[in-house]
Amino acid sequence: MATSVEHPTAALKVQGLRKAYDDVIAVDGLDLEVESGECFGLLGPNGAGKTTTIEICEGLLSPDAGSVEVLGRRWETDTKELRELLGIQLQDTQLSEKLTVDETLTLFQSFYRDARDVGDVIDTVELGEKRSSRVGTLSGGQKQRLAVACALVGNPQLLFLDEPTTGLDPQSRRQLWDLISRFQAEGKTIVLTTHYMEEAERLCDRVAIVDHGHIIALGSPRELTESLDISHLPPPEPRKTTATLEDVFVSLTGRTLRDE
Amino acid sequence: MSDPRPVEKGTSALGKRVPFPLTEEQRARELRPLKRRGLMNSSMVQLTLVRFREFIREPEAVFWTFIFPILLAAGLGIAFRQRGPDKIRVGVIGTAPTSASVIASLKKDSTLVVESYDDSSGAKALRTGKVALLVAPTSSNDSVRYVYDRGRSDAVNARVVVDRAVQVGAGRADPVRATDAYVTEKGSRYIDFLIPGLLGMNLMGSSIWGLGFAIVTARSKKLLKRLMATPMSRVQYLLSFLASRLVFLILEIFTLLGFGHWAFGVPLRGSLGTLLLICLLAAISFGGLGLLSASRARTTEAVSGIMNFIMLPMWIFSGVFFSSSNFPTVVQPFIKVLPLTAVNDALRANMLEGVSFAAVLPQMIIILTWGVVTFFAALKLFRWR
Repeated sequence: MATSVEHPTAALKVQGLRKAYDDVIAVDGLDLEVESGECFGLLGPNGAGKTTTIEICEGLLSPDAGSVEVLGRRWETDTKELRELLGIQLQDTQLSEKLTVDETLTLFQSFYRDARDVGDVIDTVELGEKRSSRVGTLSGGQKQRLAVACALVGNPQLLFLDEPTTGLDPQSRRQLWDLISRFQAEGKTIVLTTHYMEEAERLCDRVAIVDHGHIIALGSPRELTESLDISHLPPPEPRKTTATLEDVFVSLTGRTLRDE
Repeated sequence: MSDPRPVEKGTSALGKRVPFPLTEEQRARELRPLKRRGLMNSSMVQLTLVRFREFIREPEAVFWTFIFPILLAAGLGIAFRQRGPDKIRVGVIGTAPTSASVIASLKKDSTLVVESYDDSSGAKALRTGKVALLVAPTSSNDSVRYVYDRGRSDAVNARVVVDRAVQVGAGRADPVRATDAYVTEKGSRYIDFLIPGLLGMNLMGSSIWGLGFAIVTARSKKLLKRLMATPMSRVQYLLSFLASRLVFLILEIFTLLGFGHWAFGVPLRGSLGTLLLICLLAAISFGGLGLLSASRARTTEAVSGIMNFIMLPMWIFSGVFFSSSNFPTVVQPFIKVLPLTAVNDALRANMLEGVSFAAVLPQMIIILTWGVVTFFAALKLFRWR
């Protein structure tokens, strides 16, 4: 990178990230900077490298090359501290079905030095009525809110959410959006991945579109939609407004389905 | 002003990384000592509580750990209980002139059950094993014929008893008067052999299943990965399994030994402290094996296979249901170093023979070695995600 100006408020800084698995290069020279207090979205088709990128940032995978700086710290030297400062929701964690909501959060709370009150977090994610219910009896939306609650209970400065609303009904999704907005309103940072363009437009200050392991577009949702030349789009009907972010996404990454 | 680059800051920015400016809250957090927590809020206690809850809320696991061994002990204990010698069933061909006097002689012996047959039904009773021996009296008083299979030990035994009854009935007097004194030694019965073996098997099963299954389930559900994303201590996570195992261990020992002692009078001749120590070492050692079986597997199916592969040979060779000395001498050294063999041998020596701590030391060393080796191998191989 030519610019050597250090952004003093970068909550996440990724440079030249590379990660290959046996048969595929998942991340191929990815650079990224997320400002403190920002809600940042990573968009991209399945297999684009979003989850690998986010898991490297979370310190769960180690990169083959490149550097990651989270809240001014590095995984190589400050693992313990970073674990205290981050809240993480993984794509497909199944929490123990035999424990109650309360027990699950009390367990997660016990790992952190400076944790939030369990009752508090339960109220935040609106699971008060389910407090003593076993996780196995929760609906999909409730399970997902519990997963987010587990990420919040450590009182994090930076929240990583990997497809937090995938598979949720619109109501549950909106509930999670509110939650994320409130977290951001406290001046904290969020990095999320999503397949839903509406979600990205609504929540994210800036988004990065990732494909084939690197970023192919970066900017605020508005910047990206305005940058697209809509005259080449094949709209089935004439459009009244400018292109949606979904148009940007599809025109950049193609229309082919990429189910893993 | 003329230099576009701020010299001081520029050089330092090139050389060092600019520390992330801490918010007041963060600064306060970093300066604050670890928040004082109640014991219940410590992560070690919470992790152990989770183990308890997950176990207790799994009725099948409770059944296999506590109820099943008792049912097995009760079933086998009743099946192989001491009943005194069996009655010997013999047949007599009732058509000969002397048959009646032979039958009368035989009936005087209380260990014999005598039935009368004709020629063809007698042959059939003998062939089908209904009687061990067939007495065929002849027409004269001074001869009798026994028909039986010489290869059957009960038939040979019947021959001795029947002949004695026939001879005594015919007036034979024994030159030496013999009397019998009967004893039953507790500790030498099958149930006495069985209970320590079942205890050993149970310690192995619950440790290996308890750890292996729980860990692989957590891994396959990505829960292990999620926990790795918290500041949770990995050592505490593994220790929580052992800690909960130890509490259940005490319950397991007391239910099984209590049952054996109360229902069958199985002796506890050795020191209880040594007994507990053997069980403790066994639980830790098998815990290591459980950890090792769970260290790589990604699915519960895979780990089930691995655990059965580890346990099956020990169920057979390590003397749970029958003595391992039944196997050929050449394989004995291999059998002796199996952890379950060592546990069973030590438990039997302690409970049935009441030997000292020093006498079971070789077995304890074998058990401990397995524990240490498997634990470190598991740590080395462990897949945390």
